[in-house]
Amino acid sequence: MLKIKDLHASINGKEILKGINLEVKPGEVHALMGQYGAGKSTLSNVLVGHPAYEVTKGSVTYNGKDLLAMSPEDRAHEGLFLSFQHPVEIPGVSMVNFMRAAVNEHRKYKGLSALTASEFLKLMREKRAIVELDNKLANRSVNEGFSGGEKKRNEIFQMAMLEPTFAILDETDSGLDVDALRVVAEGFNKLRTPETSALVITHYHRLLDYIKPDIVHVLYQGRIVKTAGPELAQEIESRGFDWIKREVE
Amino acid sequence: MNNNHNKSGLSTPLHYREGQGGGAATQYIDLFAQCEAMICKHSAEALNSLRAKAFENFKRLGFPTRKVEAYKYTDVSKLFAPDYGLNLNRLDIPVNPYDAFKCDVPNMSTALYFVVNDRFYTATSDELQTTNGNRPNGSLVARSSSSIPDNILLGSLKEMAELHPDLVAKYYGKLADTGKDAVVALNTMLVQDGLLLYVPKGVVVEKPIQLVNILRADVNFMVNRRVLIVVEEGAQVRLLMCDHAMDKVDFLATQVIEAHVGAGATLDLYELEETTTSTHRFSHLYVQQEADSNVLVGGITLHNGLTRNTTHVTLAGSGASINLCGMAIADKKQHVDNNTFIDHRVSDCTSRELYKYVLDDSATGAFAGKVLVREGAQHTSSEQTNRNLCVTREARMYTQPQLEIYADDVKCSHGATVGQLDENALFYMRQRGISEREARLLLMFAFVGDVVDSIRLEALRDRLHLLVEKRFRGEMGKCQGCAMCK
Ligand SMILES: Nc1ncnc2c1ncn2[C@@H]1O[C@H](COP(=O)(O)OP(=O)(O)OP(=O)(O)O)[C@@H](O)[C@H]1O
Ligand SMILES: [Mg+2]
Repeated sequence: MLKIKDLHASINGKEILKGINLEVKPGEVHALMGQYGAGKSTLSNVLVGHPAYEVTKGSVTYNGKDLLAMSPEDRAHEGLFLSFQHPVEIPGVSMVNFMRAAVNEHRKYKGLSALTASEFLKLMREKRAIVELDNKLANRSVNEGFSGGEKKRNEIFQMAMLEPTFAILDETDSGLDVDALRVVAEGFNKLRTPETSALVITHYHRLLDYIKPDIVHVLYQGRIVKTAGPELAQEIESRGFDWIKREVE
Repeated sequence: MNNNHNKSGLSTPLHYREGQGGGAATQYIDLFAQCEAMICKHSAEALNSLRAKAFENFKRLGFPTRKVEAYKYTDVSKLFAPDYGLNLNRLDIPVNPYDAFKCDVPNMSTALYFVVNDRFYTATSDELQTTNGNRPNGSLVARSSSSIPDNILLGSLKEMAELHPDLVAKYYGKLADTGKDAVVALNTMLVQDGLLLYVPKGVVVEKPIQLVNILRADVNFMVNRRVLIVVEEGAQVRLLMCDHAMDKVDFLATQVIEAHVGAGATLDLYELEETTTSTHRFSHLYVQQEADSNVLVGGITLHNGLTRNTTHVTLAGSGASINLCGMAIADKKQHVDNNTFIDHRVSDCTSRELYKYVLDDSATGAFAGKVLVREGAQHTSSEQTNRNLCVTREARMYTQPQLEIYADDVKCSHGATVGQLDENALFYMRQRGISEREARLLLMFAFVGDVVDSIRLEALRDRLHLLVEKRFRGEMGKCQGCAMCK
């Protein structure tokens, strides 16, 4: 489904990703761990096409297509979704208008007609229920004045609306209390199908208790330095990263 | 300078072609000297009585250069220099009512009137039919429409000045000082007609009044229009003025609005400009407010050529409040300059000012807002905000907020920003599948949202949401029902 080969990327002339290799097959969940500043968010941003990053080397294919050649919006239409580590506040743009535009552009890409107002509102209601997003939030401007936890919940709500085939969750667990974490993670699981895959970025094992990864990677200084089964996440939880760093060095 | 405009739409040159070294002012001085009698003949005593003084002031002042602080961003002499036709002889100009009524704020359940150039017409359809083409010369007596209370006066300023000379003389020219601004002096010198709205004490006009101003001419044309608004103690009225230009010729329009707002009275005044890129608009609005009065001014430039709006608010009675909001959307080479002055003369008044500009292509915008809090104007509350969005690198915005305070117990704030669209927000939307173009539109639309929401006239607010969206989508010229706003 997603194949990353020797990916190098930089921001403001500074190289952050230094040769990433990663393959995710349909239905798989991969966890990506690593210390602050390792380049995890950089990788997510590069995959969704953030214009601030420059890919200097390597390739990414997505369902057989050259992902790096696509516009960010087409990547989204092709099923790529990023739950941002820091979701942006957009004052003055209502959640409803924002989501309507997004859903209808997805539909247009698939050759479907736009939803009617009542169909759309019904869809909003159904999907809100999955992550228990308060109706009040859905009526406000996008993320404006949302708490950290509400923003993360809103990310998964948007994911529910757009039904992506490949989701990247960039520290979706941070800012969530224990109960919210359960709701959001279970919501995420409800949205999964045997064909959908995910890359889950986290510092903590507790998220992976809900969203069980097939494979765990450790990113260190722009490279994946260790790949193993789910037990690796457990080990990192108890021992930290130092032993991995020592292995590398 | 042409002072004639006959029925076939051709103008006859009179006496003046652009002067040698005399500057733009000379042609108006000559024009007035030669045509004073004709101007007066087709106007009323209250208007005529101020001309001589205005003429003296105009000669003394001349057009301001850009060295004059208030006109730093708009070159007045250059705009007044070209040769425009004038209709000082009051000849009829044919109007097609079907075009005339294709206003973008239609059927707002308002009482609808219109002014073609500077002449007032009621909107009853039989009257309109007769204005089409062959109507014989003759004055059109404004009838007050059944949809507004009988005791208010609304109609041609000239005719009202003949019918109610004392009333008009009492208020006309009392706020617009010809000694301070050459354009105001020029308007006072040349103006022959316009509109009077008089709402007597305690009368509440439920239905909003809509006035469609139409510029209509076959040659490059100058129009001088005057609006006098008197809202007496405790009265309430809402007025929406929409500016359109029907023809592709160059228009130069001066307008002076004087609004006297009595104690405890409420006035909502909206001005919506949707003219052409070859229209030059110079508008001066003077508002004087007595105690506990409440005024909302909404100035919206949706489409224009060059626009200079000067707004001068005097808070003369304590407890008065003014809400001044403005919005400009400009692209191509359009120019919008808003110059505002709020004078807190007495204590316990409130002023709130919010102006937003969205500038695309090589448009230029200017905002200069001064708030003066005089000695003794304690417990003044004043808030001024000017936010601007430059969509391209070529777009230019000049902003100059200014606060002058001579009282110590006041709450005042002001702020101005010029920025671009938020790149992170754009990207966030694109990640959700929204195209870049659509994402930009959503952000621009959001940017002016709070100005639109300040409008207290629901139908206008809803209509504006639509018009603004159309404007941003570049569909302004295509919408049905706006033959005048290409
Ligand atoms: N605009 C920028 N200019 C220069 N360096 C940047 C910029 N943005 C990020 N970086 C650097 O890139 C490196 C990787 O950052 P990234 O956000 O990808 O880390 P991360 O692994 O997601 O960390 P965290 O766990 O804190 O989210 C960091 O050293 C960071 O300082
Ligand atoms: Mg990160």
